[in-house]
Amino acid sequence: MQSNAALEYDYSVAKLYTYTAILFGFVGMLIGTLIAAQLAFPELNYLFGEYGTFSRLRPLHTNVVIYGFTVSGIFATFYYAAQRVLKVSMAESKFIMFVGKLQFALYLIAATAMVVTELMGITQSKEYAQMEWPLDLLIVVIWVLWGVAMFGLIGIRREKALYISMWYFIACFLGVAMLYLFNNMAVPTYFTSGSLGSIMHSVSMYSGTNDALVQWWWGHNAVAFVFTVPIVGMIYYFLPKESGQAVYSYKLSLLSFWGLMFVYLWAGSHHLLWSTVPDWMQTMGSVFSVVLILPSWGSAINMLLTMKGEWNQLTENPLIKFMVLASTFYMLSTLEGPIQAIKSVNAIAHFTDWIPGHVHDGVLGWVAFMIMAGLFHMAPRMFKREIYSKKLVEAQFWIQTTAVVLYFTSMWIAGITQGMMWRAVDEYGNLMYSFIDTVTVLHPYYAIRALAGVLYVTGFAMFAYNMIKTMTSSRELSEEPQFRSPMA
Amino acid sequence: MTIFLVVMLYWYIVYLYRSEKKGEKDYEKLGKIALDDELDSTPVNTSDPLPTDNKEQNK
Repeated sequence: MQSNAALEYDYSVAKLYTYTAILFGFVGMLIGTLIAAQLAFPELNYLFGEYGTFSRLRPLHTNVVIYGFTVSGIFATFYYAAQRVLKVSMAESKFIMFVGKLQFALYLIAATAMVVTELMGITQSKEYAQMEWPLDLLIVVIWVLWGVAMFGLIGIRREKALYISMWYFIACFLGVAMLYLFNNMAVPTYFTSGSLGSIMHSVSMYSGTNDALVQWWWGHNAVAFVFTVPIVGMIYYFLPKESGQAVYSYKLSLLSFWGLMFVYLWAGSHHLLWSTVPDWMQTMGSVFSVVLILPSWGSAINMLLTMKGEWNQLTENPLIKFMVLASTFYMLSTLEGPIQAIKSVNAIAHFTDWIPGHVHDGVLGWVAFMIMAGLFHMAPRMFKREIYSKKLVEAQFWIQTTAVVLYFTSMWIAGITQGMMWRAVDEYGNLMYSFIDTVTVLHPYYAIRALAGVLYVTGFAMFAYNMIKTMTSSRELSEEPQFRSPMA
Repeated sequence: MTIFLVVMLYWYIVYLYRSEKKGEKDYEKLGKIALDDELDSTPVNTSDPLPTDNKEQNK
């Protein structure tokens, strides 16, 4: 490490991940909108033969938005913010720079292969873990490289204290590493069934209930360590930096961090309520899910209180709007989740549309809002240009907020209607409705959800356009903005 | 398990406040790391104990 006055932060890796976040975000959300429309209008399943069916596109949608958009957003913000809070430039170590670029190259290969293989129907058939074993191995390499870059930067840092965002990024790295390995233990059927099997098709090493438990230990903690932990890390950096206000209580941020770490790992079994897993384990999943409200709200309230005395910025700066609403949606979805995890509520909610409703107020309102706000904040610093259009950011905000509200309200109504109809019995104890009765009743809500998808993806296209124009033709800045991001 | 976690939680809260009161740490100062994040700005770096005069003031 050398001390050099001319040294600057190097954003080359952060920029690469910004490009993929925009690309995968648009593709993933477009597919999501199509499959939402397919549920309302089934004839849309036949647009592209086998490649356009709901069953083929649904896992592609979740994988592209999780591993394409969100993970790109996490890496982009990490390679940007980690340098700044550690006060060390990537340019100071050729090795770390090489590792970062190699990680991106392998990530791009893996993400592209994920899209192609899933479109071809090659899948492990495990939710959020559809990628087959060769891709799993590649992802392990990518993850290890991220760890090398992360701990390499930490090793040469000038700022000896690790800022709270770094703790969250470290937790994301460790949590995913552990859970991913356990859940993806699989054997290609070629080795177990000889000529009947395939080298490209594997089955889990676990079976029955154990497989379900490991699957949802991963599945729920993918939500924890991909959709929550790194996104909290982002807001702890970007909201204070954009507003110029230090985090309201640093002690509360530490307490919430350790609370989240201790509690989240135990909550996964709430996905298996009323199933064949042991009853005590179901109860444990419920209890820890409810306890989870505390550390989640600890961070969210800390963020809202960070704006204390500066609420005028909410009307003046659209990026603050995005982040404050993201924090609010985080509170909403971390209250809604524990409510759904209560066994009696889950008896109605399980397998209904209330569940995707819950997921989407979290991912659209919290995760995507935070990533887009983070990338908007980074753009003037990375490209040394002001944000192309403030009006476009404002319009995008309102269009996407409307979309999220339409999405979750329609799914709340649809889900509860569905749950009640499935359980309704007549005076003799016979079921009152067949499945198709629920489908008929739910059609308007599915149509509203498809409309919400159209609005959200339109907002994302505006975001992409604004970012591309910022990169290419916006007014150049003579110096880096300290806090508020400049926009035309 | 739940009792253990509750005890740990309260112990940690007490630990955070006591270490600040004793002058061993200044956690709130760490919040400035995000604001003052230029490459050439002075690190906040409060993992080290506070200067002696601060410790005495806090007693």
